[in-house]
Amino acid sequence: MSPVRVFVPADAAALSVGAQAVARAIEAEAIARGAEIELVRNGTRGMLWLEPLVEVHTENGRFAYGPVAPRDVASLFDAGFLTGGGHRLAHGVVEAMDWMRRQSRVTFARVGEIDPLSLDDYRAHGGLKGLARALDASGAEIVEAVRASGLRGRGGAGFPTGVKWKTVLDAVVAQKYVVCNADEGDSGTFADRMLIEGDPFLLIEGMAIAGLAVGATKGYVYIRSEYPHAFRMMEEAILRARRAGVLGASVMGSGRAFDMEARLGAGAYICGEETSLLESLEGKRGVVRAKPPLPALQGLFGKPTIVNNLLSLAAVPSILADGPEAYAEFGVGRSRGTLPFQLAGNVKRGGLVELAFGATLRDLIEGFGGGTRSGRPIRAVQVGGPLGAYLPESQLDTPLDYEALASIGAMLGHGGVVVFDDSVDMAKQARFAFEFCAKESCGKCTPCRIGAVRGVETVDRIVAGVERDKNLAVLADLNQLMTDGSLCAMGGLTPMPVASALRHFPEDFRRAPVAQAAE
Amino acid sequence: MPDTSAWDDGKAREIVVRLAGLEGATLPILHALQDAFGFIHESATDLIAEALNLSRAEAHGVITFYHDFRRAPAGRRMIQICRAEACQANGCEDVVAELRSRHGVDVDKQNDDRLTIQTVYCLGNCALGPSALVDGELVGRLDAERLAGLCAGTSLEQAQIASGATR
Repeated sequence: MSPVRVFVPADAAALSVGAQAVARAIEAEAIARGAEIELVRNGTRGMLWLEPLVEVHTENGRFAYGPVAPRDVASLFDAGFLTGGGHRLAHGVVEAMDWMRRQSRVTFARVGEIDPLSLDDYRAHGGLKGLARALDASGAEIVEAVRASGLRGRGGAGFPTGVKWKTVLDAVVAQKYVVCNADEGDSGTFADRMLIEGDPFLLIEGMAIAGLAVGATKGYVYIRSEYPHAFRMMEEAILRARRAGVLGASVMGSGRAFDMEARLGAGAYICGEETSLLESLEGKRGVVRAKPPLPALQGLFGKPTIVNNLLSLAAVPSILADGPEAYAEFGVGRSRGTLPFQLAGNVKRGGLVELAFGATLRDLIEGFGGGTRSGRPIRAVQVGGPLGAYLPESQLDTPLDYEALASIGAMLGHGGVVVFDDSVDMAKQARFAFEFCAKESCGKCTPCRIGAVRGVETVDRIVAGVERDKNLAVLADLNQLMTDGSLCAMGGLTPMPVASALRHFPEDFRRAPVAQAAE
Repeated sequence: MPDTSAWDDGKAREIVVRLAGLEGATLPILHALQDAFGFIHESATDLIAEALNLSRAEAHGVITFYHDFRRAPAGRRMIQICRAEACQANGCEDVVAELRSRHGVDVDKQNDDRLTIQTVYCLGNCALGPSALVDGELVGRLDAERLAGLCAGTSLEQAQIASGATR
């Protein structure tokens, strides 16, 4: 009999609640009982409230158990979990779980299912099909497939990916680059991290396809230093892909070259902005560049460069493998395909939910999330990271697509959704938006560098009850100025959380001032 | 005065020379130096400027732009606690306040040869916050008591197990 495959995630989120100890306990218990198992360290399925989630491969499917603590391991063996036996932590077959069944997993289809560092596993689950197709196509054909899929930039701006690629394709120079932005700094987002830790070959495949499409032979993936696990995983996956001939001088034996490197950020949020990221990759301070010139024409080291978010590049292999029509069938209006939403903050069942565009925030937060973890009423939801709007409960029926959110003064961003209960003080959140901007501004443009500092001061005066009406007018003016005058989205969008807090939660800015406590 | 004796100019030069050929070598060099010595010594400015044909001002500018690069060694235990929105929604500010009032540890101030504890914004563990990166390993669902234990040097893995069990 072949050993039973037991899966314990090595994803950083699973590790953060004890997956390492669980893996060790299972190994020790198996040895003690003479049970033959093969322990696989997979990525996470994204059901993070169930981590550490242990899965067992049986002939009837993959049975899930969680959250497992080391002290549960003996009783799992007693219950016969190696053959899918019943247990108080059992959830049945993982694919049949409601939370998984109701998703449209395209980009994240393999995450949690496979051994992330096994190219054989990757291939056996449909990997490298897109790259094989790309090797049979011309650059123009690949770019056209991406355009026809309707894919838009998943970093937040939502720019059509095919149009960007066309610009780089049409540039006639010897050296071009593909740069993957994995500087996932938005609070409430973790899709990039989860994908790198759960299916890194997908990103490699996506980048290789991008390289073939536009004639770039070199790629960089820029990963933030707050993700040490993801960085190590990416480096190892690149080594293995190179050894297997997926990367290198002859991609899959085609005679065409593409290679890539992982680079580590250094704790600067602004480096998630594409031009600042390019400066950082070049070894400089992460200071934003003025546009034009577009990075597509003068990007890394002044060469034409595709700069795409990780989720955009990771969507490409399935677009090539299954055809652009299949991808475009998901979604609504001009928002085609799927988006991996990340459900975070004060929520009972947080995690990654990949859905076609068009589901509502309420589906996501109440249906998937089960409401707040604290059990108190939802008061505000921040969508799209620190630069995204705070929405009140009354707007939870808004469909999640680029246009619908823009129409209510919000944005989808990178798909992060952070839930707050009724204990939140929205004036404090508005102040934090400015404080964060002041700390992370690159300093190049005045509206952002100075405006953020003035914003903190102005909110403080409003809260303290100092000439409230006048200071509220100053704040409105400052918001407008930062929106209109900043060089990039950092200064330009910091007013979004502030203005939305003012609009939907004005009472928090008009409370009776608390007497200053003596320090 | 922080103890900077771990720095070795000769070894540092070897690292710089080994990596200088990379495209955009500055950040890889700085990370490698910090990995090797725990911090970036002043003398790195000259080494890097010379190897990469930069002005000293340019090299200094890069080192000081990024939050990660330390000019002096960190404590033996290094804790980076997330204080961004998703962890705020799960009460990270209460944890920080309680750590100060009940346990006498002040985030962003405590920095000696025993402990460095500082604020970061987002560790990508937003569904299991409050979170911290402790000596490079992630711990979720933190409360003040477990964080105080970690500050005092208790086992990282025990904290992770306890975080899982408290849910």
